[in-house]
Amino acid sequence: MSAVVGTSAVHDSAHLHVCGTARYLDDLPEPAGLLHAFIALSPHAHARISAMDLSAVATAPGVVAVMAAADVPGVNDVGPAMPGDPIFAPGLVEYHGQSIFAVAAGSIGAARRAAALAKIEYELLQPILTIDDAMAQQAFVLPSKTLRRGNPEAALAAAPHRLSGRLAMGGQEHFYLEGQAALAVPGEDGDIVVHGSTQHPTEVQHLTARALGLSDHAVVCQTRRMGGAFGGKESQASLVAVIAALLAQRTGRPVKLRLDRDDDMILTGKRHDFRVLYDVGFDGEGVVSAISFDFASRCGMSPDLSAAINDRAMFHADNAYFLEHALIVSHRCKTHTVSNTAFRGFGGPQGMVAIEHVMDAIARHLDLEPLLVRQRNFYGAAPRNVTPYGMRVEDNITSALVAKLAETADYATRRADVSAFNAAHLWRKRGIALTPVKFGISFTLTQMNQAGALVHVYTDGSVLLNHGGTEMGQGLNTKVAMIVADVFGLSLARVKITATTTEKVPNTSPTAASSGSDLNGRAAQVAAETIRDRLAGVASADFGVPAEQIRFMDGLVSGGGKSQSFVEIVRSAYRQRLSLSSTGFYRTPGLAYDAETMTGRPFFYFAYGAAVSEVEIDTLTGEYRLTRVDILHDCGRSLNPAIDIGQIEGGFVQGAGWLTTEELWWDERGRLRTHAPSTYKIPACGDVPADFRVALYHNENVEETVHRAKAVGEPPLMLAISVLHALRDAVASVGSGPVALDAPATPERVLMAIESRRSQVALAEAAE
Amino acid sequence: MTDARDSVSFLLGHAPREIRGADPTMTVLEWLRGKAGLCGTKEGCAEGDCGACTVVLAETVGAGLRYRAMNACILFLPALDGKQLITVEHLAERALHPVQQAMVTYHASQCGFCTPGFVMAMFAAAHTAPVVDRGAVDTLLAGNLCRCTGYRSIADATLDVCAAPVDDQFTEAEATTLAVLAALPKGPLALRHGGRRFWAPDSLATLAALVEAYPEAVILAGGTDVVLWVTKQFRELDAVIAIGGVAELRELTTDGGVLRIGAGVCYTDAMAVLAGLHPALGELVRRIGSVQVRNSGTIGGNIANGSPIGDMPPALMALGARLVLRRGVVTRELPIEDFFLAYRHTALAPGEFIERMDIPILLEGAVLAVNKVSKRPDQDISAVCGAFMVVIADGWVADIRIAYGGMAGVPARAPAAEQALLGRPWNEATIRGAMAAIEEDFSPLSDMRASAAYRATVARNLLLKLYLDHAA
Repeated sequence: MSAVVGTSAVHDSAHLHVCGTARYLDDLPEPAGLLHAFIALSPHAHARISAMDLSAVATAPGVVAVMAAADVPGVNDVGPAMPGDPIFAPGLVEYHGQSIFAVAAGSIGAARRAAALAKIEYELLQPILTIDDAMAQQAFVLPSKTLRRGNPEAALAAAPHRLSGRLAMGGQEHFYLEGQAALAVPGEDGDIVVHGSTQHPTEVQHLTARALGLSDHAVVCQTRRMGGAFGGKESQASLVAVIAALLAQRTGRPVKLRLDRDDDMILTGKRHDFRVLYDVGFDGEGVVSAISFDFASRCGMSPDLSAAINDRAMFHADNAYFLEHALIVSHRCKTHTVSNTAFRGFGGPQGMVAIEHVMDAIARHLDLEPLLVRQRNFYGAAPRNVTPYGMRVEDNITSALVAKLAETADYATRRADVSAFNAAHLWRKRGIALTPVKFGISFTLTQMNQAGALVHVYTDGSVLLNHGGTEMGQGLNTKVAMIVADVFGLSLARVKITATTTEKVPNTSPTAASSGSDLNGRAAQVAAETIRDRLAGVASADFGVPAEQIRFMDGLVSGGGKSQSFVEIVRSAYRQRLSLSSTGFYRTPGLAYDAETMTGRPFFYFAYGAAVSEVEIDTLTGEYRLTRVDILHDCGRSLNPAIDIGQIEGGFVQGAGWLTTEELWWDERGRLRTHAPSTYKIPACGDVPADFRVALYHNENVEETVHRAKAVGEPPLMLAISVLHALRDAVASVGSGPVALDAPATPERVLMAIESRRSQVALAEAAE
Repeated sequence: MTDARDSVSFLLGHAPREIRGADPTMTVLEWLRGKAGLCGTKEGCAEGDCGACTVVLAETVGAGLRYRAMNACILFLPALDGKQLITVEHLAERALHPVQQAMVTYHASQCGFCTPGFVMAMFAAAHTAPVVDRGAVDTLLAGNLCRCTGYRSIADATLDVCAAPVDDQFTEAEATTLAVLAALPKGPLALRHGGRRFWAPDSLATLAALVEAYPEAVILAGGTDVVLWVTKQFRELDAVIAIGGVAELRELTTDGGVLRIGAGVCYTDAMAVLAGLHPALGELVRRIGSVQVRNSGTIGGNIANGSPIGDMPPALMALGARLVLRRGVVTRELPIEDFFLAYRHTALAPGEFIERMDIPILLEGAVLAVNKVSKRPDQDISAVCGAFMVVIADGWVADIRIAYGGMAGVPARAPAAEQALLGRPWNEATIRGAMAAIEEDFSPLSDMRASAAYRATVARNLLLKLYLDHAA
């Protein structure tokens, strides 16, 4: 029945992307009288504003308006889940780069030059900058949480083997190629339209209304596409949009606010960095009986989305492994740095890096093949199929998927080849690792698992589709259009998707948590099916067969041996005064999660995958190359294999960047010094191996998702944990002792880990 | 400059344009997006590191057109003078250009924001030299960042469409384009914008006179650094002298065992010659910036800005290069290591500029090694860059020159390490001695690129690497 779904249709904007005619926010035709806004950033990480004189700013050439905290007519806060993110610092500054005031002027140059004329006096306060500082001072943005199963203390004490240790992993800048931007246009009667580059138009609408002192119905937020987002435009897009709207309201003129790359990287949040302590008990085979994790994450100056992110880290501290007795504690540290936020994986990657580290440590302690230890700990048959939070792992395919990948990637042979290479080479060393992914799909805040859509059929038979999701490059619009095309039996060209707008579909959830196509695809399918059922009624009467026998295929409506074109049936329906428009609504079924006890079923299902990575390192400099990658990934029944493979490859490379070359570096005053691509290094083409093999694992979703597909946005990012472990493996071939390699595993960290192991050898030799 | 022009003339696609009175320190990107209404060229970073703003400049070279990808964000407007500016909007005519079609066919765009830049980099390549393998793709696209795709699809599209020269409307129109370019006004530029002045002389003598007359003026070569002073540091440059039009500074000659490279020679033009001198130099240049940056940036500029982390100075020190400086009609020579006095402070006197560098050709039997160590292999700035020239005679170190970048406020020789090697047997014990001696030469700093400890360790280990690679 699917003529379109399941094909590798090209991205609906591909022909626009390649011509430069796809419009991003800064490309929109500029309305008459447009002003350009600039945000003045705090030069200090922690300070009290003791005096602020903006008069010289206001009277500078070209300036039309200046606004600071006292000028906000509504609520001076854009915190998404709870307050804590002031639009303008209200007197207390809590990170270097925090928004202090904003200027609107005839040009961005004039706004910027004017802002430099501000006279602000700061009383400096001692900042908390690191997780260790925050833990020492017990500074948290949210209360710590604990997830417990069984009796971990007793089981740890009784375990035949026990290991404990510490690891750390860095944060990550989203580095969407299109920076944050918004254009606010005032309308009549105080209404305002905000064009945003946002994953969450509804939140921009609501926060704009709240800041401007308006009702939600007076604000429209519209998003055609984003030039990348990755979670960085979920809550972080609001500040920019709201400031543009405030200035538009104040001046009565359209205002554009576009952050340049440096301001964007300084002002907006990133992935949380984590510090993990672990204590694990296991038997001689490496099978874990008990584990205790102590997570501490750097949330920055406010809660933002940190509650759900840290919850998800706890939910993924098992990855694909059965942890019979588990204690998982999570501290949400407050620091005087930018508030960390959603980033592809949303805490999941951090939890999984932690458990994969433990698996590797166990294997090296017992001198076992790491893959074997992993396989022995996979979820299995009951009772070894329940997560620490009490959810049963229904379609547990990890073992089968990993076995298949190990075979197709020739893991065993290559493991032997790596050992042979290392024996033969003094200074160049290789490493290989296979790591699995099991990732929970659904927003853990259950209420967010809902979506709406709006479908119109016009009398020429063309279909206009709108849904609550946003397009950030992931191909969501293409997938949803494919689903709708199939409902009507039309070619994809007959279905058009327009900009996401709060006017068409209200009260939407962010396009996040990999949920875009699951939720919006289903809602759109429901809307289209409502119209199709009406059309089937028309055809049923015409053809004299029951409506259930009417088929929509190849642009034809058929039944009982008769058929008419889709357009003809549409026109008949119109003449019969039937509605050719419908909304659609979907909510994920079966979720039952108790946030208090952190138990139940927070996820609809799991997406699975596994990757083998191989690296070669230079043990004199720590430099390395990723030489081959094999991935087998589960997208359920893929809606669009080309788009899904694009998500897998892109997610993997983004994850590899996080764990290798992407290093955020703050100085002792809390200033981010890696705020541009000259200093912050995301992967380039040459970092991706020429030998990069990606395959889809054919596995229809056991849950009734749209076309039995699975979400694919986030899970592949965590396939890149295999790169970190391949590097660990290579480091482990030198010297002895623990592999002290934290992430990001920059060449520096790799070399220092090697030097540490070499010194262990030297110490051992000296002791003899 | 009496008969200088006061406007910039170029082709925008196929249409002649003349810009008069514009701010000469406006970037081509700002002009395209803000003035010309061509928003296909994107701003990703405005510092030449992401390639989203890649455009192509075609110019007459010999009897044909030469196409080069450039970052529009680090190109001042006058750089367009006499050239054809091609942007992504000019590629598709009746149908998608083959490069664009390949990007669609291979599903090589996701969010699409970086895509125009990739398309233009590939377009330039399709008009330049065949891209034959993945290594060539990696080099070609090192200056274009994509955050969505993971590059595999883009690399596949590139290998497909850039494997052979593309015939397109630009090839067809080549004769016309050459004629139109030839008809554009020629000669030096003297631009004014308010109180701001911008000169682009077309002879060495005029350049020397201008620099002497306006010693405070900023000398602009490729602009890969100077443009950032305007776009990132928001400095106002009120007097700029561009050297790009001076033919004498673009000369590249070999004369009596010395390679002479004019200060205006861009990396791309120097790359083949340097690779011919020694493969290590070719590889070093390949890892400096990206295609786009090398098409603009000059070795002379890399030296003149006095950066501690420029990659050419250590290699040039190891080679024993000398600089020829000019002030008016007077020239002087000095060894390159004497040029760098302190952090961002050079031996250039007011009114003086670098005319060229003279690089002695390596002696028979001399070993040269250059190791650039950075966080990311491609298009990154060095944590440490070490360059070594050693002559081994009968198992003894007969000559040695060692220089490092990233280890001090200036690129510098390592005299203690050299002393520990010179006249000693070429063995591991000697090398270990030199490794220890490095500590006397340098006290590196910690910053966002590397810690002091890492820099010191790498500096030592690069000596060991030199020995291990050339032990025999």
